[in-house]
Amino acid sequence: MKIAWRYQNLPKMEASPAASSRFGHYYDVSKTLSPELLQSTKWHRFFLPEEISLQPNINICNMTSGYTRLLQSIQRIIYQEGFDGSHPQKKQKNILRIGIQNLGSVLWGEDICCTDNPEDVHSLTKFLYILRSLLRMSLSACIITVPAHLIQNKAIMERVTNLSDTVVALESFIGSERETNPLYKDYHGLIHIHQIPQLNCLICDVSDTKDLAFRLKRKLFTIEVCIRTDYPEGLWYLHP
Amino acid sequence: MSFCPQGVSLPAAKERGQLVFLEGLKSCFEVLFKEEPPTGQPSPLQFIREGGSNLKALYEFVRTSLTPSESDSWKCPVLLVDDVSVLLSLGMRPVDVLDFIHYCRATVCSQLKGNVVVLVHSSENSDDTENELVVNALCHQSNLILWAEGLATGYCKDIHGQLKIIPRRPAELSTERDLPRTYQYKIQDRNVTFFARGMSAAVL
Repeated sequence: MKIAWRYQNLPKMEASPAASSRFGHYYDVSKTLSPELLQSTKWHRFFLPEEISLQPNINICNMTSGYTRLLQSIQRIIYQEGFDGSHPQKKQKNILRIGIQNLGSVLWGEDICCTDNPEDVHSLTKFLYILRSLLRMSLSACIITVPAHLIQNKAIMERVTNLSDTVVALESFIGSERETNPLYKDYHGLIHIHQIPQLNCLICDVSDTKDLAFRLKRKLFTIEVCIRTDYPEGLWYLHP
Repeated sequence: MSFCPQGVSLPAAKERGQLVFLEGLKSCFEVLFKEEPPTGQPSPLQFIREGGSNLKALYEFVRTSLTPSESDSWKCPVLLVDDVSVLLSLGMRPVDVLDFIHYCRATVCSQLKGNVVVLVHSSENSDDTENELVVNALCHQSNLILWAEGLATGYCKDIHGQLKIIPRRPAELSTERDLPRTYQYKIQDRNVTFFARGMSAAVL
């Protein structure tokens, strides 16, 4: 599938890649989902303030109740919609795609973003492990955003990375000294790939390039290779 | 030098009773989301449900799985723990993790004359002091440390990393073979190739 989308815009005949003006996946970030598409697709949402009144019936001691409720909700959807094979899926087989925003923030009843001595440092990592067990036992995938810049306790972020398959960090230039660095004038930030998946095999597909920068235009989010020379020490940049 | 070109069939070993496999994620799912099993035997991962920092049930599982019954002919069991750092993420205190490993060693090594192999994650300049405490303690308790890390010079397509083999024996019992050795390695689909530093096929 990865090969297919990358080459779908290239001419069918053998031609040099430079002959094609488009490369990669074209995704218009200025567009939103059409109401018709939304109506025809089965989707569920979880909004914590609405769930607060319900009692959680799984017992996971010492975990923030917001996470407990979220896990319960995900498990219920997996079971009811047949993503765990418990009742056969009615239409063609599909994968449950889950998106969780701002995990670890105060919106989930956590305090790891407010203080470097949080009340419970283990809630988030426990949640991730249990979520992983739900995903492992069903046909599902999950993408999570975490406000890492707010989490003071760096040990938590190390553990979060080890508990995840893929970890990508976006570092914005806004408010940093790089904003005025002429090297970065065409970009809005850097992309760091901290972890790539090694699922069911010994090796993973490591890219040759490590210096990636991103740019957010009106319709496109692009990722480009950016040769960095602002390493703190050791690298000399010779300007001809 | 490469390991296991033919591979070992784990499903076959499991059938024969030669391998007991506790899959953490599956066990976790069962202890939290499935009905209580009728046997009444506590799940090895009971601590995820109960809270607290108690790995006794996990140790009991190890002990009963590896202690041979009358009919078993298997001897000298090997316990592989992958990986201990996850236990810290689940709320275990370092002292309880180390106690668990200690009990396992007492049973597997001293009593059953077997071996224990433990995997931990670590990184340079890590902020995870609890994890580093466990890593250091385990290193001190081990007879052999296999330390795998990336190259100091950064990522290389043909050399994925280096492995330091560090034997740890009391000074008076050390021989020439007990000096630390470093190999570089390249990981392939189902195999790992090791070579001496500077001897990668890409370099020669």
